[in-house]
Amino acid sequence: MSLTNDQVRAIARLARLSLDEGEVAEVADKLANILGMVGQLQATDTTGVAAMAHPLDAVQRLRADEVSETDHREHYQRNAPLTEDGLYLVPRVVE
Amino acid sequence: MSWETVIGLEIHAQLSTRSKIFSGSATTYGAEPNTQASLVDLGYPGVLPVLNAEVVSMAIRFGLATDCNIAPRSVFARKNYFYPDLPKGYQISQYELPIVHGGSLDIDLPEGGRKRIGITRAHLEEDAGKSLHEDFHGMTGIDLNRAGTPLLEIVSEPDLRSPEEAVAYLRRIHQLVRWLGICDGNMQEGSFRCDANISIRPRGETRLGTRTELKNLNSFRFIDRAIRHEVERQIELVEDGGKVVQETRLYDPERDITRPMRSKEEANDYRYFPDPDLLPVLIETATIEAIRASLPELPTARRERFVREYGLSEYDAGVLTSSRELADYFEAAVEAVPGAAKLVANWTMGELTAVLKREGLDITDSRVDARALAGLVARIHDETISGKIAKEVFEAMWAGAGDADSVIEARGLKQITDTGALEAIVAEVVADHPEQAAEYRAGKHKLMGFFVGQVMKRTQGKANPGQVNGLIKAVLE
Repeated sequence: MSLTNDQVRAIARLARLSLDEGEVAEVADKLANILGMVGQLQATDTTGVAAMAHPLDAVQRLRADEVSETDHREHYQRNAPLTEDGLYLVPRVVE
Repeated sequence: MSWETVIGLEIHAQLSTRSKIFSGSATTYGAEPNTQASLVDLGYPGVLPVLNAEVVSMAIRFGLATDCNIAPRSVFARKNYFYPDLPKGYQISQYELPIVHGGSLDIDLPEGGRKRIGITRAHLEEDAGKSLHEDFHGMTGIDLNRAGTPLLEIVSEPDLRSPEEAVAYLRRIHQLVRWLGICDGNMQEGSFRCDANISIRPRGETRLGTRTELKNLNSFRFIDRAIRHEVERQIELVEDGGKVVQETRLYDPERDITRPMRSKEEANDYRYFPDPDLLPVLIETATIEAIRASLPELPTARRERFVREYGLSEYDAGVLTSSRELADYFEAAVEAVPGAAKLVANWTMGELTAVLKREGLDITDSRVDARALAGLVARIHDETISGKIAKEVFEAMWAGAGDADSVIEARGLKQITDTGALEAIVAEVVADHPEQAAEYRAGKHKLMGFFVGQVMKRTQGKANPGQVNGLIKAVLE
């Protein structure tokens, strides 16, 4: 299975990866290899086999509805490049 | 050409839990920015989400109340997109295997009758944070307190055929989630939100037309108006030879228009896949049955019982079951004054509702409780006081003057039932108004109201109007 350069650019855009034009063809080849492997897997007959949602044969544990976290805003915001009035500041997002 | 409108709604109901869906952070509305955002909510590496049991139980309550199937096994998935108020770069949601699917809810049609609206699914997901676009030196401020708040997304079938039907359905869901105690329904605070999928097709056509999705509908009034506008826009577009493009549009209440939100090139591709951080959720039949047994009598059943048991009209029963608290209040009052259900209904929907509205109070904060209102209604019922005097008594009770009997006693408001005393007053009134009396005798019977009014005035409203009527007739005819 092969991918067009446009498909590679679209995938890169969705993942917010910046690809140089020169890299596009190379990435297309690499992705095609991965898809080839998936193609091999798809050749397996899975009739009657339920889709697996998780490799562990276990069930989700639930927690009681209790507030266990306290405010560590000041500590957490030390990681942020910019904050103001308790808010994280990011480049303007316009809808 | 005649067009048919096709609408499906996606409703986001914020579940009223104490803590978030996947973390132990509080969900209190209006807290200082980012003080209720833990490492899990912030999407730090190395942390793991742990599902809140109450969220699961609330989804099951909703599912059972809408005749849905509860999935014995459901799976959380990642919905991938980039936005600054979504720190992980994906929202944990459910995709192929939602917790609740395949049910319905009946709505009352504006023109009368009922219609069954299909509920495709209801799935659990986390909310995102909030972006504040006010001026932060040209930047955007992010508050992640809301990130990770539990939502139940309720998706209807495209069964709605008009803005009125859409609003009726939305109101029923709004009533139900509050009734079940799973969502506070506060639209202003965003705990109950709605997106609408809208398309049109020539009447008689069975295939669906291309739909647009309307977002940002946060009041019942806006929803009606926004859908109306979008339908008009689509019809105009198609009749002018254009084509509806599948897109997301935002309703702008200030300009009363809808406008596209995301361009087509950015068409959403969320690349859902099962979230490896969460295991499948298994729900046992015993759990479902225990929750079923704990469900309250549902709004429709209760409304029908009010009609049957108390002889109320469909309309009154509908108003009184608009919320569980109001229905509880009404029933508690009726139990305290049996046989006066219609009178209790009128007082609950009339004076009481008016004063609550005026003071911005909920029924649970009423200064006249159900037992006290029943005490007042009992005195109207046994004709100790007239309905008019009762309003004065009610006001006094509201102001804290005690129960109905003590207000009536203290103010001497008991109706004058002594026929002799009333006859004397009637004779007095007639004697004082010879002209009107003559006109009445000459056939101007409209003047009865005038005489009754005069008697009421002289008795400070304490006479029984029916009795006064009879006495005046006896004197004048």
